[in-house]
Amino acid sequence: MTSFPDPRPALAALVAALFCASAMADDIQDANKLLKSGQPQQALERVNKLLAAKPKDAQARFLKGLIYADQGNAKEATEMFLQLTKDYPELPEPYNNLAVIYASQGQYDKARGALEQSIRTHPSYATAYENLGDVYAKLASQAYDKALQIDSGNAGAKNKLALVRELVGGAPAATAVAAAKPPVVAAAAAPATAPTPAPATTTAPKEPTKEPAAVAAAESKPAPEKPVEKPAAKPSNAEILDAVNAWAKAWASKNVDAYLAFYAKEFKTPGGEARTDWEKARRVRIDAPKSITVTVNAPKVSLSADGQASVTFRQGYSSDVIKTATTIKTLVLAKAEGRWLIVQERVGN
Amino acid sequence: MISSPGGIARLAAALLLSAAVCFATESASALGAGLATARSDGPENALSGVLEAIDDNRLDIAMQRVEALIAAHPNFRLAHLIRGDLLMARTRPLETFGDVPKTVPREKVEDLRAEALSRLRALRDRPNGNRVPRYVLQMQADEKQLLMVDSRRSRLYVFENVGGRPQYVADYYVTLGRNGVEKTREGDQKTPIGIYHVIANLPRQKLTDFYGIGAFPIDYPNAWDRSLGRNGHGIWLHGTPSDTYSRPPRASDGCIVLANADLAVVGRTLQIGLTPVIIADEIEWTDAASLEAERAELAGAFEAWRADWESRNADKYLSHYAERFSSGDQNLAEWSGHKRKVNGAKSWIKVGVSRVSMLRYPREKFVVVSFDQDYRSNNLSNVMRKRQYWIKEDGRWRILYEGGA
Repeated sequence: MTSFPDPRPALAALVAALFCASAMADDIQDANKLLKSGQPQQALERVNKLLAAKPKDAQARFLKGLIYADQGNAKEATEMFLQLTKDYPELPEPYNNLAVIYASQGQYDKARGALEQSIRTHPSYATAYENLGDVYAKLASQAYDKALQIDSGNAGAKNKLALVRELVGGAPAATAVAAAKPPVVAAAAAPATAPTPAPATTTAPKEPTKEPAAVAAAESKPAPEKPVEKPAAKPSNAEILDAVNAWAKAWASKNVDAYLAFYAKEFKTPGGEARTDWEKARRVRIDAPKSITVTVNAPKVSLSADGQASVTFRQGYSSDVIKTATTIKTLVLAKAEGRWLIVQERVGN
Repeated sequence: MISSPGGIARLAAALLLSAAVCFATESASALGAGLATARSDGPENALSGVLEAIDDNRLDIAMQRVEALIAAHPNFRLAHLIRGDLLMARTRPLETFGDVPKTVPREKVEDLRAEALSRLRALRDRPNGNRVPRYVLQMQADEKQLLMVDSRRSRLYVFENVGGRPQYVADYYVTLGRNGVEKTREGDQKTPIGIYHVIANLPRQKLTDFYGIGAFPIDYPNAWDRSLGRNGHGIWLHGTPSDTYSRPPRASDGCIVLANADLAVVGRTLQIGLTPVIIADEIEWTDAASLEAERAELAGAFEAWRADWESRNADKYLSHYAERFSSGDQNLAEWSGHKRKVNGAKSWIKVGVSRVSMLRYPREKFVVVSFDQDYRSNNLSNVMRKRQYWIKEDGRWRILYEGGA
């Protein structure tokens, strides 16, 4: 883990690799190079020029936040990342970097809040987890100090969290499956121009079933349509898979009410938060992007003795603000009043 | 990396298992399951809720509860320690309850652990409605309440006077002397064992922050302590400094320390010069019927002593005094000679007694009987407060000591 505000040169190559050949991306890349080569002022000028043309651009704003952070301008960096979390609540990186700055100022409770947001957005976001681990340790140490009326004297060791230096939507490198996606056309509403990963050939994400009203989705839906994968399943499994696919469809069609209706009353919220808070957060996440694509790949159903069903699958997710993220997801469902409802949702097997 | 249920399970185990051992041994003792009675809104219920959640491995709930507890009592150090453990458990497995850095003196953690155990034990061992403290045979009519300290449990019990019998009202966590109990010497940092009375009320304006919201000195050393040559002074019931909700179970210089909120409640009904404070190693509990039988027997002996004095029959009167009797300056022979001479010269004697209190002295075999004595005779009358120590020897109650109070 690198200390804020030190840059992470090792990532430069990766960052470069992630940028595609669009003009915008070239400019971003140039600005990034300037920053890496120790010319933050020139990098800032380049980014400001970009932002003059596209004030909302997420990538440029993110980079500007990094420049401020590298210059030790915590106030401006905070403002930049904070605004990004408001405009693009789907993105985990701004939350993470916001947390790094908070932590560097000793504001561990705020750092914890931001990192938990980051993880809520992307449950498999490794950097945020590592940072959160450090923040928990700091908070624990502070709690111990209060308990024992001591000063453990580790207040000085603040700058240990990792600042992420690229905006890729939080897809962890190990499991990310990049999908073909053209640069987002600058619309009137100016959606974020995020770096576009190079097309990958590993897994073409399949679309959920068609959406009659998904106009916006159609714009950003270059991936070839693939028939929904229907594994040869027992009749009871088919019923469960239908529920999972319907859930994915409600999500992709941004029908939040229908989506939330798939969660059972006894659903265990991932962070242990109140159901209403969780629903509110989900509503924001799902409302924010103009379009969402969700795919369910290679689902495996297992039934347990208590009548619950566990479905594990590769979930493909992409939206107009986030590049594709693939995660292994497990839904635990239970049948209530004739419907299969989700009682647990977790990342991983 | 983040969650380590194994670690937190150990935390729960470290705390709860030892608590369970205590509960197991004590459920067999005189204390039974709880009697729902009015009591202060202390942090024990909330603390118990936190530990239950940990026990159920619902760490998210435990965190919510401990944070609510801290919001209610920001200076409750024990809650901060548990919160620290809950946070630490998200980063690595815990090795122990209060998994603080190795550089921190372990005693500090042990203090909080001891406080946790005391509080939890008290929560589960509330006095049972059928159980009464064996120390209180008779409360005097004008005493509204009586305090009793169970040193082993670090607990102060409040009883109110219902027709001379003690009725449990509430109990509170207390801090006692750093070196335990049975004070004998000045500076020994021990809490005395015995029967004392609240003798003053010192408002907070006259005190430093160390004593919290106020202090109520008690009369250590009492007559019995002085007869044994015990010394020292300044044993108070007092509050807690503003930087902490409570102090460890063994931390004072001998004083009885309550949380400020608890002292505020207890202090409201204390009667200066009147309210007894019985400090025992461990309160002995008995059933109401046994206590009543004992009280009736002693009350009978006491009445016989009064009546025999009035009768001017010196032999009968003196038969109530034990062989080891002392009035402080007279032994039994001297006392007998004096009484025979005085009483024999009277043509009549009337002895009235009122405001009678009978309290068994902790660690001793005698009962302290205090009363207002209204003595009248053909040539002398006086009214005084008197104190006697009654002891049961060979199946008979006799007076070991008698003097002015």
